[in-house]
Amino acid sequence: MSATVHGGIGQSLGRKEDARFIRGKGNYVDDIQLPGMLYLDFTRSPYAHAKITGIHPENALKIPGVLAVVTGKDLDAAKLAWMPTLMSDTQMVLPIDTVKFQGQEVVAVVAENRYAAADGAAAVDIDYDPLPVVTDPVKALQPDSPLVRPDKEKKSNHIWHWETGDKAGTDDLLKKSEVVVHQDLYIPRINVSSIETCGCVAQFDAMGRLTVWMTTQAPHAIRTVFALVAGLPEQSIRIISPDIGGGFGGKVPVYPGYVVAVVAALKTGHPVKWVETRMNNLMSSSFARDYHISADIGCTKDGKLTALKVKTIADHGYADAAANPSKFPAGLFHIITGSYPFQKAFVEVDGVYTNKPPGGIAYRCSFRVTEAAYSIERLIDEIARKVGMDPAEFRMKNFIPPEAFPFQSALGWTYDSGNYAGALKLAMKMIDYPALRREQAERRKKGEFMGIGISSFTEIVGAGPSHTFDILGIKMFESCEIRIHPTGKVMARFGTKAQGQGHETTYSQILATELGIPAENISIEEGDTDTAPYGLGTYASRSTPTAGAAAAVAARKIREKAQKIAAHLLEVSPDDIEWKDYKFQVKGVPEKSKTMADVAFAAYTNPAPGVEPGLEAVDYYDPPNMTYPFGSYICVVDIDKGTGQVKVRRFVAVDDCGTIINPMIVDGQIHGGLNMGLAPALYEQITYDENGNIRGNSFLDYLVPTSMESPHWETGKTTTPSPHHPIGAKGVGESPTVGAPAAIVNAVIDALSPLGVTNIDIPIYPWKVWQVLHDKGVT
Amino acid sequence: MIPPEFDYHAAGSVDEAIGLLTGNPGEAKVLAGGQSLIPLMKLRLASPKVLVDISRIADLSYIQEKGDWLVIGAATKVNDLNDSKLVGSSYPLLADAAAHIADPLVRNMGTVGGNVCHGDPGNDLPACMVALGAQYVVRGPKGNRTVPASDFYQDTFVTALDPSEILTEVQIPKAQPGTGGAYLKMERKVGDFAIAAVAVQLSVDAKGTVTRAGIALTNVGPTVLNAPKAAASLLKKKPSDADLLAAGKLAAEAAQPTSDLRGPADFKRGVVQTLTQRAATLAWSRAGGQR
Repeated sequence: MSATVHGGIGQSLGRKEDARFIRGKGNYVDDIQLPGMLYLDFTRSPYAHAKITGIHPENALKIPGVLAVVTGKDLDAAKLAWMPTLMSDTQMVLPIDTVKFQGQEVVAVVAENRYAAADGAAAVDIDYDPLPVVTDPVKALQPDSPLVRPDKEKKSNHIWHWETGDKAGTDDLLKKSEVVVHQDLYIPRINVSSIETCGCVAQFDAMGRLTVWMTTQAPHAIRTVFALVAGLPEQSIRIISPDIGGGFGGKVPVYPGYVVAVVAALKTGHPVKWVETRMNNLMSSSFARDYHISADIGCTKDGKLTALKVKTIADHGYADAAANPSKFPAGLFHIITGSYPFQKAFVEVDGVYTNKPPGGIAYRCSFRVTEAAYSIERLIDEIARKVGMDPAEFRMKNFIPPEAFPFQSALGWTYDSGNYAGALKLAMKMIDYPALRREQAERRKKGEFMGIGISSFTEIVGAGPSHTFDILGIKMFESCEIRIHPTGKVMARFGTKAQGQGHETTYSQILATELGIPAENISIEEGDTDTAPYGLGTYASRSTPTAGAAAAVAARKIREKAQKIAAHLLEVSPDDIEWKDYKFQVKGVPEKSKTMADVAFAAYTNPAPGVEPGLEAVDYYDPPNMTYPFGSYICVVDIDKGTGQVKVRRFVAVDDCGTIINPMIVDGQIHGGLNMGLAPALYEQITYDENGNIRGNSFLDYLVPTSMESPHWETGKTTTPSPHHPIGAKGVGESPTVGAPAAIVNAVIDALSPLGVTNIDIPIYPWKVWQVLHDKGVT
Repeated sequence: MIPPEFDYHAAGSVDEAIGLLTGNPGEAKVLAGGQSLIPLMKLRLASPKVLVDISRIADLSYIQEKGDWLVIGAATKVNDLNDSKLVGSSYPLLADAAAHIADPLVRNMGTVGGNVCHGDPGNDLPACMVALGAQYVVRGPKGNRTVPASDFYQDTFVTALDPSEILTEVQIPKAQPGTGGAYLKMERKVGDFAIAAVAVQLSVDAKGTVTRAGIALTNVGPTVLNAPKAAASLLKKKPSDADLLAAGKLAAEAAQPTSDLRGPADFKRGVVQTLTQRAATLAWSRAGGQR
């Protein structure tokens, strides 16, 4: 029997953090109570675009408990009315003279309790002079459009143009392609809707040192941003991310509330808490997606893909407040060639200002990868249909073959490893694909609408290598610091910050395997910038590819030193020692061995000559490449002709995330991620009327699917390790969110394809399907 | 929730509650389960100065058959309808509706009286009460009066209830052999108000011929809508598919939907038609009708 270590890689270890979460003992920002703490609320703009002609806080200041108001003019005096976004655009903290979207923070009210703050916010009188509004990015690009950002030098709503690939070559090849499909796709604006909204508590101590407890996915980067923007010495800033109830990209940006809370704490000399309500969150926290895509895809008449061309308009609201790596204003959208070896490809994206909240963040996806995966997997189905091939057969014919890895995509990415046909074959076997097609044929004869949809997506995660990836200039490395105490117990700290992913469990499993110490003897800490090593945080499925790698490398550094100590204890040369079965053994003499705990004790009590006492290591890991998880999903839907309702009958998800650290956590990630893939396909969207009024700013109308809407997810795995990652892991949190929407939509379109339907824009609400059925004379 | 300040009174009796309402004219609201009022207060769309809580009044919570009626106390929790064996066995229309009102959290708090007297066209129980031919007992400073459910709803959030009155009891004609009903609701997701919902209550004779029919519609007009033409079209028939389709079309004509985030008006009419056909089919078979 081979040796094991309790809680090592590959075991479904129960989540360590759940001991506090399931008992309601988590410590979230809103749990923090400090003596003398004040509360912050905002008066918000009822208009999407208006000039502020007067602010009258007098009535608010009369309310018992209201202590102060803060306006844009107050902030301007300290040069804090504007702040930079992560994309080097500018965004208002509080407006000085105009508001740009409905729900924008205009005046901050500070009070002794939360109720007085809300009463005060309701009592502030603000005079507005409404201005023309533009909410449609296509209209915003027309010369007669209202100008959203007259403060900018460029007098147009066009923010930036970005392109990559071979434009002329792609055009040429499309012209020569025997089959070409053109398809427009809209990927609507959605909000991540974490169960915990955003908030913070800001406190200055007597020495002027600032501590902010904050709902942030990237505490270290925030500290640096605060130092740069507010001019505070960085060692006088401490950012603490306590327990966080979901991030999904929504807790990467800096929000006005954070900045105003700090200013209010400075102004009043008291700690100040700001926690937004659900409606505040839906109205003004960063949105995701809002991509208007127009694509052409070509293939030969026997179904071999040739070229892909994609033009996109990206609606950013009034500021580009996306959270992408600096070089990529459209994120990693150019992963859009997906699982296929196109000869030529070209992608262009234009960012546009509108009178909507700023953003462009992810929604549980690695920088616009869902937009890319959704587009290519929808296009594949449409071109397969046009060629007259089964969509599974078409994919099998075109996949990048396993032996082609590392594979250079047409748009320049180097895919690390993959076996796309393997994943699709398994999914087809699990769902019995041929039987489903036979059933569908039978049902079609009876006039029933049943559909089967496939999505064979490729992800790109683990940002990222320092030659390409930075945020505001800071390279996207990640870190781990390990301290082994004399009794063989471990404290490890990371630059990432979990928001529900289970880092305390998975990181300790990596360390258990690498150090030979049971997982229960390993404690993991993240989120406190005073104690954790610097890192760029947790988003874009980057923690395992980057921090997980740092953990393994730091542990191996420990092992290197420990080997010398073990040799000292065993009275042999270090060269005669091998690490085997989670112990240091004298080569060929397994009974002569020392455990890591033995070595740790000696490191403090009996150090080897010439070896520093103690047993610690730190690693800052710069990944050599991204990792490329993938999967194949198959969805079966039935459509109710009388109501247009789409019912997901079955959903099989085969994922390949490389080495699996904790199968239970991976399954949990996949279940949750699939639900967040179901959401934009059938439920979630934020829309605005022509006056910029938000529609759907509460959970009454912003339809987050619950367990009741969730189908029974059937999951399967293939394992294709990453060749460049120390333990072969690739990251998994976002794959299902990226892969699921196309499978669901492909199934609906497949069901309706006998009627000549080629697209319905998501979310596919029953009324849209009913409308199609009605127009085609079915109902 | 962060509402403006208000005073709270827990009334010990209906008369005490009425006293509090008359003593604070225009400023008091009755709080029962709070599942509609509290969201309105959260949004600051309602900011009553005084809340009169009737949920602690002991004798307002019951479900029982009494004489010709099934009587339900106004403060009875919606979930009690789900748990009631009597409702489950003899009042399928109510059982259907109670299982689809919002979600379990709301059903555990929300009351039957609150659901029927709030006047929101999205509430599910009013359509059931109209289809069943129910009546409401209302008490005010001058004593009790009885109002038929079909006369109770005047406009959105406007009912026959006077601000100083409290609805105390719902009275539903006692189930007889040969009666059956069904409530079909289409919602965007669990817990949502209906895109449209249809309540159908039928009585049939031994041959399966319809002798009484009630059809009412949820959330497709300013109030719950009675669909008497659709109901009448089923009378004296063992309804065929064509009859059911015709009833569905008449119900769709009775609907007055508006286009909103739940869908365009045409779609909602289509849903009313489909749900009416299906609910009538189910109600007829539950009443004992057989093909």
